[in-house]
Amino acid sequence: MTTARDDAALRQAVFETLSRIAPEVSPSELEPARPLRDQVDLDSMDWLNFLVGLHERLGVDIPEADYRKLATLDDLLGYLRRKVAA
Amino acid sequence: MIEFKLPSLGAEMDEGTLLEWKVKPGDAVHKGDVVAVVDTSKSAIDVEIWQEGTVYDLVLEPHRKVPVGTVMARLLEPGETPEHAEAEKRRLLAKVGERESITTPTQAVTGAAAPAIAASRRRVSPAARVRAQDLGLDLADVAGTGPDAAVTIDDVERSAAARARGAASAPPGGGPATPPAGRPSPVPRPSPADRAVAMRSAIGAAMARSKREIPHYYLAADIPLARATRWLAARNEGRPVNERVLMAVPLLKAVALALRKFPELNGHHLDGAFAPGSGIHVGVAISLRQGGLIAPAIHDADALATDELMRRLVDLVARARALTLRSSEMTDATITVTNLGEQGVELVQGIIYPPQVALVGFGRVTERPWIDDGHVTAAPVVTASLAADHRVSDGHRGALFLNELGRLLQEPEQIDGSPA
Repeated sequence: MTTARDDAALRQAVFETLSRIAPEVSPSELEPARPLRDQVDLDSMDWLNFLVGLHERLGVDIPEADYRKLATLDDLLGYLRRKVAA
Repeated sequence: MIEFKLPSLGAEMDEGTLLEWKVKPGDAVHKGDVVAVVDTSKSAIDVEIWQEGTVYDLVLEPHRKVPVGTVMARLLEPGETPEHAEAEKRRLLAKVGERESITTPTQAVTGAAAPAIAASRRRVSPAARVRAQDLGLDLADVAGTGPDAAVTIDDVERSAAARARGAASAPPGGGPATPPAGRPSPVPRPSPADRAVAMRSAIGAAMARSKREIPHYYLAADIPLARATRWLAARNEGRPVNERVLMAVPLLKAVALALRKFPELNGHHLDGAFAPGSGIHVGVAISLRQGGLIAPAIHDADALATDELMRRLVDLVARARALTLRSSEMTDATITVTNLGEQGVELVQGIIYPPQVALVGFGRVTERPWIDDGHVTAAPVVTASLAADHRVSDGHRGALFLNELGRLLQEPEQIDGSPA
């Protein structure tokens, strides 16, 4: 069971990892239900580095086959929530 | 005596600012050692040396902007002693003095400039002249102790120190005191905005030169990537995220391998002639988040196995963005590959980066209808393009190159290893 505090911590971990890759992004401007890569200029190397960062930080390894499930920030947070809880 | 000069770190670079020395007098240096950090309009670059020796003196001080070719340091060759070096220095100094005395008359302008001319007619070492300028010292006031009363850098330092002492000990309000000789105000590292302007102008200069000098021809071909995609997916499956390989890697590798059969696309066009590359050093166009791009080289890319090539690529992109590239990476590329497909376009018509003679572009890998053996299927396809220099190759050879590239990408397992 995740608490609201865990959720906020997860969100912060994602934003901090993202801003290491794309420092120009301000999290408050991101629309959580819109595809992330439409809002942030991430090429495949940036995306890979983002996932490496999340792996280091949260210990969650996202298989390549799951990339397509992770279009929006909401998708990603939901996915990570399930993985962290598992 | 080895003179270490500021190298050109790109087609558009004609000056640079020394940020930092990585060596000091007495240090032994070997081929490939980083000896200095130099700021160009694009990036701070770790400058390597390609000779063996011992650092004798560092002629150039940090924070000075100087033209390409300026002597930055002098090194003793293996077996050379400081005495040799001093004799050599005197000989060079004398030569500089002679040259200056010849060129001076043409510099004469008006009577008002006469004192300056008088000073420049004297023998002054280049380093001393620069240092005097830094210190705001009139060379006419400096006594020379070198051969034929040439002014050396030591003379300048001595004179400046004496002036500073004089100023410090002068009674308050007593006489016109010269300003204390401070250190030269360092050239500040450029701000991001300045860097963006400088980078834009550097890119503009290189591309204008390319369009002016290079008769480009352009070709494109669609390459099916079903096999390469499947191969890559199978390879990445079950691997942790930091061991996965991007499609960019087999694309780069296939370009490098195809170039083995097309040496006329790999090298430099210099002084009216083509010089084939000594290896296949693939420049990778990397866009920077703050704007602009840089295309450092992965050396001998054709000989790197997939995992190693991926490691190099990750490292290169990270260092390009952190602005910590090495000089050899800036100058050695024998071709450039640009992967604009990431931004969604299907076709790139590239501009060759001089003095290179070709550029390969990849568009986005998209699902398209593909006819294979009479059957229409949906397949991932990439459009590969070639921009090449007509002074060196023809469209016929360029087309064969793209065919070879397409063929190699149908055998991804064949291009995986590190062929000798």
